[in-house]
Amino acid sequence: MKAEAPHIDWEALSPLLALFGGAIVVLLLGLLRSRFVREAIVPALSFAAFGAALGLGVWQWGEDTDLISAAMRMDELTLMTLFIVAVAGMATVLLSWRHVAPREAAHGEFHALLLTSAAGMIVLAGAQNLVTVFLGLELLSIPLYVLCATEMRRARSLESGLKYLIVGSVGSATLLYGLAMIYGATGDTDFRAIAEALRDDRLVEDALLLGGMALAMVGLAFKASIAPFHQWTPDVYEGAPTPVTAFMATATKASALAVIVRLFDVALVSAQIHWGPVLAGLATITIIVGNVGAIGQTSLKRLLAWSSVAQAGYMLAGVVVSTQLGVQAVVFYLAVYLVMNLAAFAVIVARERETGLGDSIESVRGLMLSRPALAWPLTLAMLGLAGIPATAGFIGKFFLIDAAVDGEYAWLGIVIVVGSMISLAYYLRVIAAVWTRPAEPATTSPVPVLAGADPVADPRPAGAEVYAVAVVAGAATLALGIVPQPLLDLAESAGTALTNLL
Amino acid sequence: MTIHLSILLWLPAAAALIGCLLPAAATRLAALLGSVLALAYAVVLVVDFESGADGLQYVTDETWIRSLGISYILGVDGLNLFLILLTTVLFTASTLWAAMKSWDRPRQFFLMLGVAHSGVLGALMAQDLALFVVFFDLMLVPFLFLTYVWGRADREPVRAVTKLFIYTLVGSLLMLTAAIATGVLSARETGGDVSFAFADLAGAGLSQGTQEWIFLCFAAAFLVKMPAFPFHGWMPDGYRAMPLPVLAVFSGVLSKVAAYGFLRVVTPLFPDAAVEFQELMLILALISILYGSAMAFTTTDARLVLGYSSVAQLGFIVLGIFALNEQGAQGAILQSVNHGIVVAPAFVILALLAERAAGSEDVRDMGGIAFRAPWLAALFLIVALANLAMPGSANFVGEFLILLGVFNSKLAIAILATTGVALAAVYTLRLFIRAMHNRVGADVTSLELRGRDALVLVPLVGCILALALYPQLALEKGERAVGQSVRSAAQIIDPPAQPAQQPLQGRAPLPAAPEEVPTP
Repeated sequence: MKAEAPHIDWEALSPLLALFGGAIVVLLLGLLRSRFVREAIVPALSFAAFGAALGLGVWQWGEDTDLISAAMRMDELTLMTLFIVAVAGMATVLLSWRHVAPREAAHGEFHALLLTSAAGMIVLAGAQNLVTVFLGLELLSIPLYVLCATEMRRARSLESGLKYLIVGSVGSATLLYGLAMIYGATGDTDFRAIAEALRDDRLVEDALLLGGMALAMVGLAFKASIAPFHQWTPDVYEGAPTPVTAFMATATKASALAVIVRLFDVALVSAQIHWGPVLAGLATITIIVGNVGAIGQTSLKRLLAWSSVAQAGYMLAGVVVSTQLGVQAVVFYLAVYLVMNLAAFAVIVARERETGLGDSIESVRGLMLSRPALAWPLTLAMLGLAGIPATAGFIGKFFLIDAAVDGEYAWLGIVIVVGSMISLAYYLRVIAAVWTRPAEPATTSPVPVLAGADPVADPRPAGAEVYAVAVVAGAATLALGIVPQPLLDLAESAGTALTNLL
Repeated sequence: MTIHLSILLWLPAAAALIGCLLPAAATRLAALLGSVLALAYAVVLVVDFESGADGLQYVTDETWIRSLGISYILGVDGLNLFLILLTTVLFTASTLWAAMKSWDRPRQFFLMLGVAHSGVLGALMAQDLALFVVFFDLMLVPFLFLTYVWGRADREPVRAVTKLFIYTLVGSLLMLTAAIATGVLSARETGGDVSFAFADLAGAGLSQGTQEWIFLCFAAAFLVKMPAFPFHGWMPDGYRAMPLPVLAVFSGVLSKVAAYGFLRVVTPLFPDAAVEFQELMLILALISILYGSAMAFTTTDARLVLGYSSVAQLGFIVLGIFALNEQGAQGAILQSVNHGIVVAPAFVILALLAERAAGSEDVRDMGGIAFRAPWLAALFLIVALANLAMPGSANFVGEFLILLGVFNSKLAIAILATTGVALAAVYTLRLFIRAMHNRVGADVTSLELRGRDALVLVPLVGCILALALYPQLALEKGERAVGQSVRSAAQIIDPPAQPAQQPLQGRAPLPAAPEEVPTP
């Protein structure tokens, strides 16, 4: 009799394999001398790996399989996260093509880290076991710490990486402690077994469990930048290379929210009476802090960082209610949040390279006159993030408020709209800058970089690929606002994949 | 089930979008053609409208977003028929006026104007609460850009319109939550799927407590948009910064959508709350009338005279709505059309006056313009007399009906409101006299009306005269639907003879309300 290893469903695992395989190939190819291989083949392969993961995910849609002794699950929620991460990854590859960051990080390594981090996000989103949660979180975080610091000769980038490393590690440690306590209270690491154990009402009151839930929440709140654990976000977003920021803002947010949904709305759903109000309170704080923090910002990346804090707060509302509608609303919002942010970040990448003004709001002043192809996507993205009708953001907010009201949290719906009101103050500032004429003629030629100020001046203007990302994402923002039903159908199946919601 | 309303709705936006792809010279023609066709369509719609029939006509009913229960339902009844016509008339006039001026970036300008036209039409036609909210917010967005780029550069257009936008969206977003709550809670009452169609929401019978907070959210949205007294803070800055052809439609049409919203959404769906807050709304309306009149009398900026005059006029409209009886509502709808058709030519005249007063819009810089411009003076006089509700004008009929309605429900408020009629004469005549007569201003060069200005102004004044001669036109087609919209509220105040039931003033013991109030 021979020992039997756990059965591995290679087909369901294939999207992950595509990402890991891609990571290894680009890492090795990056070692080659040829510039052509490093600067064209490597990004192309990286793009293809994300594309392959996306395609394999589509193939696996509706299969709903447990993987590796139920350590993770390839259901529609995981796959929706996979789609979001893969699209974000493809956009990031395009945005970082001919960017400073991969050149500084020897091309192959940059893309290998990107792919590994994306794989970590899928593991995290699919985690069905406390151990897998931690594994996924570390797998996604550690490459990101490095990616933030890839512009090695820019102090801000290094600072960003270091800050993220320190704060992220604190978050991970807190999470680990929390997970251990949940395990201690329930005696199991499997989500379904935990949910089963929590049917017992006395256990729900257990101090060990409550402490564990609180610590786990804090740990995940660090990743999803939920206030008051968000302080790293503006600094890290501002310092990191812009394509990496775009990836962090969209993909990390998606996987962090997915795991929050799975941990709280599946494993700990019986204790909702305890964590629901706390999470609702956190959501309120997050919405207020994020929106107020964004008001005075002059750096677009900082502004989007604060806005991402606020948006995380909106999405928490969907988690709090723990209903079908809530989960669907979160998944839908994650997808529309992706396209809105990609449009905005693509414009920032383009303007950073064209103006020499960095990511300052001044870099987009008068954009409608000089670059309408960038100005429209940015306008749509800002309107969408503010939740104006005819953009995807409006439908997303509508759905979230719908879920909140339906789940007896009508006041949280009011908080969301109050947050949206505050957010207008800064989103409109960007739109006004885009549409009005610059005070003096815009500096279209890159400002020459002073010796020593920034040794890695980027001489290459944004190419068609950056414009393509901006235009496609901008168009998607509009299209999903007018024809949201297909995406809603996807969100619906992601919701129905989770069974024991309230 | 017809497609006619969809064609009318999207025609202006589509034409403007096509205009964007054409050479710059053809852009304005395409935009103009779009709005003229929409106008023609609306005229045919009014002629073809069956006044005797109950319910909606030309209904379009498609599912838009299945998962959220939002449908794309458009329809016309007596309530919105003339407001749709008013919208197309004013937008056509405004587009024509704008087409004769030269604009920086004309493609974007006319695109925004076309989108605004479609947005307003959508809000008026929508028969689904969520769709109404979408269009109600959407119609504001083009004005944001129209003011950013083409606003008066010397008056901080960015700051002004940001203020305007935030003010109005605060109301609109509260309305969004309230609308969603209406849909979700009504579905819970009836036990069906969530639907936002007005027809499905009408019979839901929400509890008094729920109705009250929902009512307040809707009222905030509509009162800000009008603007009514405590919510008018955006008005002076916004009015001063907008380009005049844009301001003419903004003032003429957008505020009417808010008045219409009260009659379409609030009084039929939340009758208990409407009765509960009747006095509050009447008092706000009264303050708006008195405050608007007083400000219009004291300010010297001609734009703000018209702006504050609008505050007062809209006060009258709210007064009519919250008389909560048929005469009041009839008067409110008629007065909405009247005010729109008066204020738009008033802004055209204002532009002409400013041209003659060396670009100044201050009445102190005007004066004596009538001497060499008798035609202009005559047209202005007609507009002014209509604005002050001279007997014989349609405005007189409107205000008369409104006051009649209020006399029937709240005598004291009606008596106070009557002074508003007198005050209207004071500020309107002051504007007319100081601009047209008096000593000739220092920089005034009096010129007669030119042909192309007459092209915009004369048809609008013609509309005022037509409506003055035959106001029944607007009244009788609307009668049934307008009466319908306040009927349930009127029945709460004045229950039809039912001796068994204690007459309830709405706040008396609730009519069977076992359902729970949403836990905050």
